[in-house]
Amino acid sequence: MTKLAQRNYYGKALAKLAETNPDVVVLDADLAGSTKTSEFRKVAPERFVEVGIAEQDMIGVAAGLAASGKTVFASTFAVFASGRCWEQIRLAMAYPRLNVKVVSTHCGISVGPDGASHQALEDLAIMRAIPNMTVISPADAYEAYAATLAIADYNGPVYMRLGRADMPVIFDEDVKFEIGKARLLRSGSDVTLIGTGQMVSLCLDAAEALEKEGISADVIDMSTIKPLDIDAIYESVTKTGCVVTAEEHSVIGGLGSAVSEFLSENFPCPLTRIGTRDTFGESGEPDELFKKYGLTAEDIIEAAKRSITKKKEREQ
Amino acid sequence: MATELSIKLQKKANLLRYHVIEMTTAAGSGHPGGSLSAADLVATLYFEVMNHDPKNPQWADRDRFVLSKGHVAPVLYAALAESGYFPVEDLLSLRKIGSKLQGHPVRGKVPGVEMSTGSLGQGLSMACGIALAGKMDSKDYWTYCLLGDGEMQSGQNWEAAMFASQYGLGKLIAFVDRNGLQIEGDTEKVMSIEPLADKWLSFGWDVYEVDGHNIDHILGAISQAKTTDSPSVIIMRTVKGKGVSFMENNAGFHGRACKPEEYERAIKELKEVL
Repeated sequence: MTKLAQRNYYGKALAKLAETNPDVVVLDADLAGSTKTSEFRKVAPERFVEVGIAEQDMIGVAAGLAASGKTVFASTFAVFASGRCWEQIRLAMAYPRLNVKVVSTHCGISVGPDGASHQALEDLAIMRAIPNMTVISPADAYEAYAATLAIADYNGPVYMRLGRADMPVIFDEDVKFEIGKARLLRSGSDVTLIGTGQMVSLCLDAAEALEKEGISADVIDMSTIKPLDIDAIYESVTKTGCVVTAEEHSVIGGLGSAVSEFLSENFPCPLTRIGTRDTFGESGEPDELFKKYGLTAEDIIEAAKRSITKKKEREQ
Repeated sequence: MATELSIKLQKKANLLRYHVIEMTTAAGSGHPGGSLSAADLVATLYFEVMNHDPKNPQWADRDRFVLSKGHVAPVLYAALAESGYFPVEDLLSLRKIGSKLQGHPVRGKVPGVEMSTGSLGQGLSMACGIALAGKMDSKDYWTYCLLGDGEMQSGQNWEAAMFASQYGLGKLIAFVDRNGLQIEGDTEKVMSIEPLADKWLSFGWDVYEVDGHNIDHILGAISQAKTTDSPSVIIMRTVKGKGVSFMENNAGFHGRACKPEEYERAIKELKEVL
């Protein structure tokens, strides 16, 4: 299976934007080589702005640039991009609906050895809570590339989270991205698996294994967390009657919460959330951490069976 | 000796003060103290220094003003209304439900308001972004940013100060309303910001210190600030509550409006200098 890092494709997309969109300005906080905004700097150094280790200032500067007609991308690691400057994002950028894209890399526990200080497991929750924000979490490198181009064409505040490490490729290189549109990647009738980020590929692995046991699953790539594609969820869940959500994020406030909020108000049904359970991460290799924190295909399979069992209990 | 221009601007400043008292009293809340201390600067900018067009608030070449100390929105709203951005009658809707005149300024809601502020410490970064965009596009506009003195305690200002210096934002002029008081009292007792001029100097800024109620001095400092390639800060020694005797140097009026009898006295004093 081919594996590619999302951040590399973010860099490639920015390099393309450097050539095609003269309004794009890119900011980074001393991490351009890691976030890959350095790819933009190579092509358009005059429109690349290094702010130093000053994320709060970065968002204020981004807001000022956007208010002056620029399409601004601001990048750093997900922990800092969402946390250090949360209130700046809220006031300076989201409140006046300014055209700033905060694109974070190094999200989730797959950051690995750096440990909990660098593992953003809360960013989707705290970004989703801000009005006017669009929140995106692509499933692979090609979707990250397409999403980068799509958000550049959208006039408004966006948070997008990307991973550091190589991750399985799901889509073709020319995949298109539509903000707010989920993708049904596999069709089944017994359970709906909704994933975001690199958990989508694990949902596909889980669905394949379940198939061998005679259980068929819908697999949905929920690459936009907000606005949530409620039509896609409703259509699938009214067919399957039960759900698993999977995210490389805390179960508090992210994809699982968003789906639960919608379903509990509109179509209550058994739902199991895969994600970290109100805990910080720790140092380790990504695969070790995924195992320890319950983020593997096996965990999704078990969760699917739990949801199906609950559904059957309710039917009796 | 005051010039004809500064006498005219002084009257405008007093008119803004009059509106501030009217507005905040009608609202029953707001921040009159800091609005009054900044009135002379705001009048000087809007009625003399700034290149702006109230009929075309989005004019690409306009000078920009960012009110970092967003709680003194009343004095900004008064200047915008008197400039012709919206009817003066609207001022009395301050802080009322459904009004465009929110307690703190909101970009997109009020013609002429450039950025959303109200959380202290953020405006200078925004002004840096605006000034940088102007530099990238070879525009001639100036960016002005008004900061509170208590606000200097917030670290983001110093991130922005480094940024402006690094990027040579020569068309950026910041003002510090050095009235010496914040909510809990004397800035030097709450958390000392001195030596303030030395701090700015060490961050690579040109620094001017003026009497913030002397319009000729303000005009002179702005003219001088425009002659160099560095970002400039003008530290204005001011009196919180300036223009209303019982509000002067009174931290109690940082964040509360006049009671009815106080309102009568304040308006009487201000009418005498209109």
